[in-house]
Amino acid sequence: MFEKALKGNNYYWMWLAFLGFFIAIAAVCYLRQYFYGLGITGMSRDVSWGLYISQFTFLVGVAAGGVMLVLPYYIHNYKAFGRITILGEFLAISSLLMCLMFIMADLGQPLRGLNVMLYPTPGSMLFWDMCVLWGYLILNALCGWVILTAERKGVHPPKWIYFFVYLSIPFAFSIHTVTAMLYCGLPGRHFWLSAIIAPRFLASAFAAGPALIVVLAMILKRVANFDAGKEAINKMVTIIIYAALANMFFVGLEFFVGFYSNIPGHMHTLQYLFFGLEHHGHVYNNLVPFMWGFIVLFLVGISLLIHPYTRKQSDLWLGIGCASIFFAFWLDKGIGFVLGGFVPTPTEEIVEYYPTFNELFITIGIWATGFFILTILYKIAISVEHEIEA
Amino acid sequence: MTNFENAFPTNTNLYRDEATAKHQLPILCNHCDKPPCVRACPTKATFRNKDGMVVMDYHRCIGCRFCMAACPYGSRSFNWREPADFVKNLNRDFPRRMRGVVEKCTFCDERVSAGKQPACVEACGESKAIVFGNLNDPNSEIRKMLKENHTIQRNPALGTIPSVFYIV
Repeated sequence: MFEKALKGNNYYWMWLAFLGFFIAIAAVCYLRQYFYGLGITGMSRDVSWGLYISQFTFLVGVAAGGVMLVLPYYIHNYKAFGRITILGEFLAISSLLMCLMFIMADLGQPLRGLNVMLYPTPGSMLFWDMCVLWGYLILNALCGWVILTAERKGVHPPKWIYFFVYLSIPFAFSIHTVTAMLYCGLPGRHFWLSAIIAPRFLASAFAAGPALIVVLAMILKRVANFDAGKEAINKMVTIIIYAALANMFFVGLEFFVGFYSNIPGHMHTLQYLFFGLEHHGHVYNNLVPFMWGFIVLFLVGISLLIHPYTRKQSDLWLGIGCASIFFAFWLDKGIGFVLGGFVPTPTEEIVEYYPTFNELFITIGIWATGFFILTILYKIAISVEHEIEA
Repeated sequence: MTNFENAFPTNTNLYRDEATAKHQLPILCNHCDKPPCVRACPTKATFRNKDGMVVMDYHRCIGCRFCMAACPYGSRSFNWREPADFVKNLNRDFPRRMRGVVEKCTFCDERVSAGKQPACVEACGESKAIVFGNLNDPNSEIRKMLKENHTIQRNPALGTIPSVFYIV
């Protein structure tokens, strides 16, 4: 089916070339990092994870979000999602590939990555994260490919594939739960040490993932003549609204626990993220704009989605609403959550993190690679759909 | 070396005595009995050796820095750049370090296994500012000192069971 990706109009090739430009820059930047070491990034002893791991964390959520299409379709037999489950599965594949690239970019000794398999350590959450990420990637590739091939041939998918489809559902939940466990099981990092992290991750994932799919569906409608269907979009918007509200509820609970208990360790990071933290006469606040951006974009997005006029009137308002939710939760989880957790340091100092240009270009390049893969996968899926219709 | 308030941030006191507030003290790996860094490591590159010291296999470490996030004492660091460029006098008794791996205080395990004291203990010499020994041996010098002095540990509430004790 790959031959479908080789035929496209000028816009298709221009878009791929546009992404290829950023991929090429990132490749050069990665080589610089590879030969110099991670000292070329803005990370330090005190903020030892930066953009790479924060993007990884967010993208695991985007990958898991695809299950919000798979679950209603296969478990509840919700037919309207039939046409677009493939969009969710292919989005999961490209998100997971981005996750793996971000992990590799973050490793100090990337050539030793296989040590995680050569010396399996079940006590380490990173070992389990590797297992579930690879598992979910393989499941999505398998299910997506087999079902699309069957569709193309005009036959029912083989029965055995449903075992893997059903298996992929708990896997989707597990990838983000285990990713949350990377953080919430660490003693001494109060902001992360919270049992609400895994449910919060899932809630924001089930909003951000489907929100991106709605935006992509809007784009596909215009550029690829692919209509996901009004009913499917409406149902997804409902899922996004509830999931987004659940996430904000959990954020509110974090504030309550921190500020009502008045325990400094539980308040510090929240203060740092949203208001700036004073320390020895200096106010540290470099993440404050991002966090208020998160709140504002959430409010804009949720208003557009909840109000019947903007939801039903035009695709544009709906698209802006979903994009706002997506970017809001990217700021929350893809920026604030990981970077904020390192403030203050275990010795009650504050060190702020600023990514370097090299690091930024690698990050942009990995996103571009993910969208490059996504474009090709969607091109294949939609060409097959068109072929069936023709 | 750091301040008391940085080493013991949970030990807050608005009216701390001047001597405690002013004195500097060393912070190092606590060589915990239940080390979170060892729990987090996905390759067993960091582990508790048979003496109970938390040590590193620099050639297995993949540089994921999970242990740095896991350590509640900030006692781990990373070779962000090639360390050899900063070494003037090469010491052949000491393992070669490389870029891209996590470093930590190992209580100089290669010296200890050769029957020597860790370098920091040797540097303090006769002053006995740092005493190193076998906590499992009830007759050891370290156990004697722990019996005779009031000592504190860094953030023991986290259940890590630190093996470094401070007389403050």
